[in-house]
Amino acid sequence: MRLPRDVFGKTLVAIMVMVTLNSCAGDQEFNPEEAEIVGEEEAVLTLPPEVPPPIERDHATKLTVNLEVVEQEMRLSDGVQYTMWTFGGSVPGKFIRVREGDMVEFHLQNHPDNKLPHNIDLHAVNGPGGGAESTFTAPGRETVFTFRALNPGLYVYHCATAPVGMHIANGMYGLILVEPHDGLPEVDKEYYVMQSEFYTEGDYGERGVQPFDMEKAIDENPEYVVFNGSVGSMMSDNAITAERGDKVRLFVGNGGPNLTSSFHVIGEIFDKVHYEGGDRVQENVQTTSVPAGGAAMVEFTTEAPGNYILVDHAIFRAFNKGALATLAVSGEENGNVYTGQQLDRVYQPEGGAIQELPEEQRTIPTASTLEERIEFGRETYMSVCQACHMADGSGIEGAFPPVAESDYLQGNPERGISAVVHGLSGQITVNGETYNGVMPRQNLTNEEVANVITFVMNEFDNGGGEVTPQQVQQVREQGSETR
Amino acid sequence: MKYVTHLAPALLLFLFCGPVLAQTDGMVRIEQGTYMPFYSSSKDSVTVETFYLDKHPVTNGEFLGFVEANPKWRRSNIKSVFADKGYLKHWADDLDLGPNSDKIRDSPVTNISWFAARAYAKWRGKRLPTLDEWEYVASASKRKPLASRDKEFVQQILDWYSRPNPDTLPAVGQNTPNYHGIYDMHGLIWEWVQDFNTVFISGESRSDQGELKQFYCAAGSSAASDVDKENYAAFLRYAFRGSLEADFSVSNLGFRCAHDIE
Repeated sequence: MRLPRDVFGKTLVAIMVMVTLNSCAGDQEFNPEEAEIVGEEEAVLTLPPEVPPPIERDHATKLTVNLEVVEQEMRLSDGVQYTMWTFGGSVPGKFIRVREGDMVEFHLQNHPDNKLPHNIDLHAVNGPGGGAESTFTAPGRETVFTFRALNPGLYVYHCATAPVGMHIANGMYGLILVEPHDGLPEVDKEYYVMQSEFYTEGDYGERGVQPFDMEKAIDENPEYVVFNGSVGSMMSDNAITAERGDKVRLFVGNGGPNLTSSFHVIGEIFDKVHYEGGDRVQENVQTTSVPAGGAAMVEFTTEAPGNYILVDHAIFRAFNKGALATLAVSGEENGNVYTGQQLDRVYQPEGGAIQELPEEQRTIPTASTLEERIEFGRETYMSVCQACHMADGSGIEGAFPPVAESDYLQGNPERGISAVVHGLSGQITVNGETYNGVMPRQNLTNEEVANVITFVMNEFDNGGGEVTPQQVQQVREQGSETR
Repeated sequence: MKYVTHLAPALLLFLFCGPVLAQTDGMVRIEQGTYMPFYSSSKDSVTVETFYLDKHPVTNGEFLGFVEANPKWRRSNIKSVFADKGYLKHWADDLDLGPNSDKIRDSPVTNISWFAARAYAKWRGKRLPTLDEWEYVASASKRKPLASRDKEFVQQILDWYSRPNPDTLPAVGQNTPNYHGIYDMHGLIWEWVQDFNTVFISGESRSDQGELKQFYCAAGSSAASDVDKENYAAFLRYAFRGSLEADFSVSNLGFRCAHDIE
């Protein structure tokens, strides 16, 4: 977050910026349409989340872009495969970076093993179809057209072959940056993040190769909303990274095909947003709208270390459909900006008198059989646990560990009891995945804890068994040492 | 629409016997019928007159016979206006199917231009099917002559369209024939038709005008009816044809022949 500045200072800076821009334009009178083309080179394209390096050239050139369309089966989520139609072998397609005024010779290559014709509409192009008309390409063919990059900004490209919706829904989109002739302000890190939806026949998480479902696409009812082409593409080991104090620029696109993204980074405020990918800058933004077929450039400084989660703040898409990514910021704590937790104690509105524990006011049925215990446990699970651990116990990759078929629980059910009565924080490993989050202590009676753990042990293939209220009491008395 | 059964499966044996036999051997008589192209409204259906259609796509082995008999259609001789550089590129040489020859002999021939397909048909005393003939026969499932509302049938087609090609194409005739007794209309290759370029889909599909406007109504705005998926399956075929020119050779594009009734 930007440190506060007085109003006078801000205005002064704004005036200086305007003067600088004007004088720049005045001195050079840069006209992208007339810029002299000097030399030629081939554009370096990058796979997401990487971005090609800033362009150092101070002149326009003839820039050749080679982009190959590849249809291939790829990972959509763990255990879920999908036949993606890709620009350059990835979803989203490779990132293209050109300079304002460049003469771009665009080569679209349709791999001979592909089944379908494709083309490309680059929103950075001034001309019919954005290039689509000139690039309709059968499998095993290559087409070429040339355009002059006239308008600086961040643009979406996509396939526009009939049926357009299906080509986009299968992964055919990416970003092209037309860098202003005088460059973008220098930053420490740049990343490429693109949101999109997938419409699969199977429900979210259903395993196997999932075909495209046209009806769900027409209904705009996706099973998956993801960043960079798959669930967890930028989580755990693949998280994007920065160091404390880095200036970070995200090139954010939205391939759609249908939904507008409410793009937000949890725990960060965007110092600057080039909203809609254009010239105008909005400052101090929490959440920016990125429409389908649109883009934005966001910039912020990472003041405090920790994990920052990228989400579509239409929040069920984040926690139930996959629109989550992690920016991991390393470095020393910065108490001047953020202290971390300083205190955690009982809050006593009545001023220190002994609290009536809420559970005493509840009538809790006592389970007399294992079946009853499981049944009561199910109710508790559904009202207390399932929001994070999911109704089927599968959790959320990278955020909330699974309680179904969990080696963590099977190894020692008391760890489950302890997590519920004492809470749990710090790094744990569940089924080979590392989780580093915080689970709050749950305000449940021994009976309720016994029920819910018994439910989890029996319903989610954790080896069965029964936990009694006495066991829960023991764990309670032991303190949080159990794990 | 009645299935005409007078051609016994045994006639399959004559497939490889060359053009001296009766020209309709290995073919099925398709009786006159009416279907609805995906872009049409219910008022203008298309009637297809009775004709004969090959049971199978033409195979590499059959096409080899053609180039043996017609040197000017061999890979090294063909004029560049009649085929691009990819012509028969999956063969080892002019008359050599290569190390996989046993595997691909009965697979459909691909990497052939429209000109070459047409020349082959002429050599056999046949012709290429028209777009309407092909689409009419292709709209039949195993049991129904017109199955464009059969969800399962349509999903199978769509699924095939969205899978990349296998390394080696399987032999023709391995799957269940359709209502007419015709094999492999879907699930194996794309096929040339006589008038592939008469329905014009330009590169900029979203601005195609005039006669094509109905395409976009058909596939775009009639949302959420059962017909839509078939629209998209057919739409993909029309788009594919629209990307072709007559000299193109594509690795999953072959053909089969048709014949007029005597």
